[in-house]
Amino acid sequence: MSAAAQIRDWLDERFGWNDLVSFLRHKTVPLHRYSYWYYLGGITLFLFCLQVVTGILLLLYYRPTPSDAFGSVQYIMTQARFGWLIRSIHAWGANLMIFTAFAHMFSVAFFKAYRKPRELTWLSGMVLLFLVLGFGFSGYLLPWNTLAFFATTVGTDLVGQVPLVGHWLLIFLRGGEDVTAATLGRFFAFHVAVLPGLATAFILLHLLLIQRFGISVPPSVEARWKANPFERREIGFFPNFLLRELMAWYLALGVLGSLAALRPWSLGTMAKPFASAPAGIRPEWYFMFMFETLKLLPARVGFMTGESLGVIVFGLAAALWTLLPFFDRDSRGRRHRWAAGAVVFALAYVLALTAYGYGVMAK
Amino acid sequence: MTRTDESKSERPPRRHFLEIFLGTGIVASLISFLYPVIRYLIPPPRSDLGSNTVLAANVGALRVNSGKIFRFGDKPAILILTPGDKYVAFTAVCTHLGCTVQYRPDLHEIWCPCHNGKYDLQGRNISGPPPRPLVEFDVHVRGNDIYVSRPAAS
Amino acid sequence: MEGKSPAQGGRLGWFPILACLAFCLAFLPGAGAQTAPDSCLACHSRLDPPLEVNPEAFAKGIHAQNGLTCVSCHGGDATSSDMARAMSPAAGFKGHIGRKQIPALCASCHSNATYMRRFNPSLRTDQFSQYQTSVHGQLLAKGDAKVAVCTDCHGLHDIRAPTDPRSSVYPLNVAKTCAACHADAAYMKPYKIPTNQYAAYTASVHYEDLTVGSDLSAPTCVTCHGSHGAVPPGVTSVVNVCSTCHVFQARLFDRSPHKQAFATMGLPGCVVCHSNHRIVEPTDAFVGTGKGAVCVNCHTRGDTGYVAAARIHRSLGELQASIRRSNGILTRAEASGMEVGQAKLELADAQDDLTKARVAVHNFNPVPVDKDVQAGLVITQKTYQAGVAALAERDYRRKGLGISLIVILGVVIGFWLLIRKVESRGQQEAKK
Repeated sequence: MSAAAQIRDWLDERFGWNDLVSFLRHKTVPLHRYSYWYYLGGITLFLFCLQVVTGILLLLYYRPTPSDAFGSVQYIMTQARFGWLIRSIHAWGANLMIFTAFAHMFSVAFFKAYRKPRELTWLSGMVLLFLVLGFGFSGYLLPWNTLAFFATTVGTDLVGQVPLVGHWLLIFLRGGEDVTAATLGRFFAFHVAVLPGLATAFILLHLLLIQRFGISVPPSVEARWKANPFERREIGFFPNFLLRELMAWYLALGVLGSLAALRPWSLGTMAKPFASAPAGIRPEWYFMFMFETLKLLPARVGFMTGESLGVIVFGLAAALWTLLPFFDRDSRGRRHRWAAGAVVFALAYVLALTAYGYGVMAK
Repeated sequence: MTRTDESKSERPPRRHFLEIFLGTGIVASLISFLYPVIRYLIPPPRSDLGSNTVLAANVGALRVNSGKIFRFGDKPAILILTPGDKYVAFTAVCTHLGCTVQYRPDLHEIWCPCHNGKYDLQGRNISGPPPRPLVEFDVHVRGNDIYVSRPAAS
Repeated sequence: MEGKSPAQGGRLGWFPILACLAFCLAFLPGAGAQTAPDSCLACHSRLDPPLEVNPEAFAKGIHAQNGLTCVSCHGGDATSSDMARAMSPAAGFKGHIGRKQIPALCASCHSNATYMRRFNPSLRTDQFSQYQTSVHGQLLAKGDAKVAVCTDCHGLHDIRAPTDPRSSVYPLNVAKTCAACHADAAYMKPYKIPTNQYAAYTASVHYEDLTVGSDLSAPTCVTCHGSHGAVPPGVTSVVNVCSTCHVFQARLFDRSPHKQAFATMGLPGCVVCHSNHRIVEPTDAFVGTGKGAVCVNCHTRGDTGYVAAARIHRSLGELQASIRRSNGILTRAEASGMEVGQAKLELADAQDDLTKARVAVHNFNPVPVDKDVQAGLVITQKTYQAGVAALAERDYRRKGLGISLIVILGVVIGFWLLIRKVESRGQQEAKK
């Protein structure tokens, strides 16, 4: 018996290795004109793993106190060998990951992949999206430069506008009334321990649910295949889909490397907490649409501030969006079309306000 | 089925070439990822002491009653071995208009060549235009190394 | 009743005396908490100005702190509550001290070295002799009582040590004290001297150093004019006065052509360009031939001085611009994550050279100025190149990544071809 076969037997006697392998070998992925959208989830997962690796590398040199944070990032950029590369990849990877996470979510929403029996997959995915945004928000502060400091101040100010619990949330996030060393300490803890732990758990859940239910097929395609079964096309996960997936990951890596090379992430200037905020403070692009919405609302609406109202509206929208599968239960009918319309509206809204925000900034 | 067997046993050279090409490519790309990571993991020669401490000089670099300008962050600082054989260190940025001061062994004072400002060996502004004393740094001698650090907040 | 003595209430009239006594008797038990019984303050604390004396202010003053009382200057008997006895000439009462008598009265202690040694051995005792040489002292000797006497500057019954921040002669307060007369146009009318000095001084950089910069050694009126021996520095003394602090500039001026020229024309040295009271921060625009330049006040287009001034101005501007350029590129490089600390440090030396060049202006000759400027330009060139190199290094990194991108692209193509091969083979098999 060959060595490989011996190892296989050893593993099978203890872990049911052969069953696992045969499951993987027989796992298929549907093939149709919309199959390209399937890669987004995998790319997001790949980017997450990349973030973990580059994040751990950065952790070797980074120091999370206001007096040292900027200097340590500067050390990484200038003294540590290839530190500039690791840092640029981490910064761009974060942005790319958030982009693919949003794209993945919108594609799932468009193709109604959340419909029965995949509601929990959608829920776990939404949790992951919030975690990813949390990663972005907490990580952005860590270099402790001027833009990050004031963006965090504005961001946590907005959290403080949540009615009833807003102020408590603000104190919890900031570790006090203002953005200080306590804030940096907390954000660091969230970014390297709390959020990764939660994200790992939810990713495993998400992947498990996907294995359980298989890959969803868009309703139009499903209908056609029901009518003409011989039109059904599937490719094996292993090796066909896996090869394609690896190709997509390498492409993502290429895009990431190009971004890191062509537009290296800047260091900025060290934050001076008691200086006044520079003009043109704005959040990162993934928060831009919320930021612009809040700016467009009037200062007071009835008995509450415009910002409070905005925060409530966004909270409600997020809750409804998360519960979308439970709303859109019919395979046809009004709710179905309402849900589809809501998805289109949401995407259009996000795109329009993000563009508007950048247009305004350009002025 | 003979055809399939034949095609299998023939092993067309193009696919073989493809396997080699892809294998080499993957290995090359993995090396191009791992090489920076491994170099990154090795600490650079100048370790990061933080922005508050700097290795100013070695013991023996200064004679008694002499001074040396060294770099603290991106500003100059001055290390003096006083006539009393004690190390003292200050910022070398004159508090008047920012010129770099120097130690005058003949005067036993710190002197600014721009407008003749003078400071004593405790950093106090004693003559000329400087309005404030020089900020003093802490000096620690560890073995052969002289470390200068910003004073700890009291 | 004529010819009655004051003790009999004659000259003063009996009613005010009785009223006074009644007043004092009514309030005597509650009269001020002096360490020694002081009948003077018991009454005078309750009178209207000009007879009023504030007992708390007096107690906090330096004279009271050293054990002196009303009697020390005014004489009289402080133990007696009988006004007649308290203020009798027999008790040595001097009454109100006239302005012309004040300096001599103060000097009776303050010029007595043996006496002053009891209180503060390091205190000077030549104030009165200095005062006699001052304009104030000389005019007083001629009979002018309007001029300043000791109490006008130091206070009357609330005198504090000059090192006390509440003293009227504390460095921060000196200018205001002098301005009490010297800025009063109506009061100063007979003397025919300007009254704009205080206004000019408060606009000066010396005043700013004193107040905003908290530098108590910054010049105020007495620094240049003297305090007790106050006389405006003569035309020939101006450079000496300024040179007590501005040593380098004065030395260079002394060796320059301006010294002889100004002496011949009777011009007051430094004041010609820098003014005496409204001394502002000199900018590079001061020297030259353009707007705001002082050189063209005397020099005309084409003369040697005009040409020299233009050259000096151009030199300074060149170095200034060069420093700014280097700083700009280094800041850009640093913000994009490149290490340029060493270059920034070296750039500070160029700034030093610019500062020295500005001092060298007082040669009034472009050659020494150019020497400093050239030294600075060498440094700015070097640091500018360092900035360029840093940016090039940043760009080089981009190209380095290009190589790995080629490898990645190769792998992607390889995958694509492999997929095609695997699947066409699979299709062929499926078709069989």
